[in-house]
Amino acid sequence: MQFKSMVISNVEVSPKYFRMRMTAPQELACAVPGQFVMLKVNDAIDPLLRRPFGLFDVGSFVPEYAGCGAQVYCEILYKVVGKGTKLLSALHHGDLVDLLVPLGKGFQMGPAGEEKVLVGGGVGLAPLYYLAKELKERGEKVRLFAGGRNRDDILCITEFERLGVETYVATDDGTLGEQGFVTQVLERHLGSGMRIFACGPTPMLNAVAKMSQNLGVPCQVSMEAYMACGVGACLGCVMKGANHSDETPDYRCVCKDGPVFDSFELQWS
Amino acid sequence: MQRPDMSVVLAGIPMRNPVMTASGTFGYGAEFADYLDLESIGAMVTKGLSLKPKAGNPTPRIVETPGGMLNAIGLQNVGIDAFIEQKLPYLKNVNTPVIANLYGNTLEEYGEVASRLDGLAGVAGIEVNISCPNVKQGGIVFGTDPAAAREVVSLVKRNTSKPLIVKLSPNVTDVVLMAKASADAGADALSLINTLTGMAIDLERHRPVLANVTGGLSGPAIKPVALRMVWQVARAVKLPLIGIGGIMNGRDALEFMLAGATAVQVGTASFLDPSAAQRIAQEMEQYLVEHNIESARSLIGALEV
Repeated sequence: MQFKSMVISNVEVSPKYFRMRMTAPQELACAVPGQFVMLKVNDAIDPLLRRPFGLFDVGSFVPEYAGCGAQVYCEILYKVVGKGTKLLSALHHGDLVDLLVPLGKGFQMGPAGEEKVLVGGGVGLAPLYYLAKELKERGEKVRLFAGGRNRDDILCITEFERLGVETYVATDDGTLGEQGFVTQVLERHLGSGMRIFACGPTPMLNAVAKMSQNLGVPCQVSMEAYMACGVGACLGCVMKGANHSDETPDYRCVCKDGPVFDSFELQWS
Repeated sequence: MQRPDMSVVLAGIPMRNPVMTASGTFGYGAEFADYLDLESIGAMVTKGLSLKPKAGNPTPRIVETPGGMLNAIGLQNVGIDAFIEQKLPYLKNVNTPVIANLYGNTLEEYGEVASRLDGLAGVAGIEVNISCPNVKQGGIVFGTDPAAAREVVSLVKRNTSKPLIVKLSPNVTDVVLMAKASADAGADALSLINTLTGMAIDLERHRPVLANVTGGLSGPAIKPVALRMVWQVARAVKLPLIGIGGIMNGRDALEFMLAGATAVQVGTASFLDPSAAQRIAQEMEQYLVEHNIESARSLIGALEV
């Protein structure tokens, strides 16, 4: 659905990374971790298109004004990379944005009793936080493997720890956690009885998907893509399905068929 | 005063208002049902249909540019059979005319797809794409040469009894020549413009942004070009016209009508505002009310030069 949303807070949590909380429609209270929003930052024609953001959190609060019931909010985590996100970072409490919510298919949490393994980096941590929150509410054991180029890419780790998630960190330059790829740390811990949920840069997802397939560990990945509409019409955000070939093409829409896929559904390089 | 009369008749197709959705920007209709009332708009145009399903181009397929976007989707579609089996039954239950957009990889395929659509209930008319800039076959080759356009349009005409709309490319030296060729070959209406060929470059990587290198530019950036072409064609050809190009609001749409369009198609606007087509129809009506104009039809070609 389309919703005029009011910014509640918009805070820089790490250099260039912002966490924004905004009002959301009641319907969003039933959103599934992994689903996303399409946000239009203003009415101007430049930037023209909405931007997709994974849900970082959904909750409710009671506003201070008298006579108001509980109000649903949602949060996103974003990095300032271009004109759209720069404008977004300048918004304050009370500013309005236009949302399409909730979009896409989210994570399937799997049976209780398994160990849930979350792997992500940068803004890829956004949907994993919402997922971790829901999993911990169900009393599951959750571990997070967070990676990035340097410490600035490792976001909101204390938030995960506060939920009771065991965290492992690796950075390319060693400024936080182990030096190297987070997938190397992950490899040492992976075993049977686990289920992987991953979101982050494509090379990371590529490595995680292959590792999980080799070890026979079920793995879901949340993909990112350029998209214009978010509702399955523009066909701009497609990815190759596992059996895609030039002769038998099989493209999947990230917005509608995803953004969360079982890793074996997609073709990995 | 009474509500203004927004209805128009386009090549024999009665529409409640002049706002149509542009091919390739509205899926097969159902994708947008959560966001607008499909029975509030004038007509829906489907994604371009081909004889066989088509995969489309590699990714990245889209990129935003100032005031617009480039796309090189490559006419990905489910194919005519799947359209008839899976998409059309839904559309038949919507009380809004459906225009099937079609293209062929060869001349023969254009005729074949047209004849497959011909007997179908629930298809009010067909729109022939001879103007897609993103595929080598089945599009632009027929849309830039008047003789080739005449050939493909007359073939489709022989294979259909439905109103025939021909969608023109702006990527030509003289759009009027193409319009006349299509009219001579039996088109009942013309829609213009398709996207303008363009490209975007990633300066960091020294590479084109789109995998296809070039793509079609759409959005508000192209509106002045589209208005000019509609106006030129309206003066040269008697057929009803559908104005397309960067229409974002009711005022944009009415400008196209003044230039000579009987109806308009909303494209890129539906991507950023999925209820755009319905909103634009309402904004047009509002303008008519505010200006005490009784019917939308009275504005067609009413530009004073």
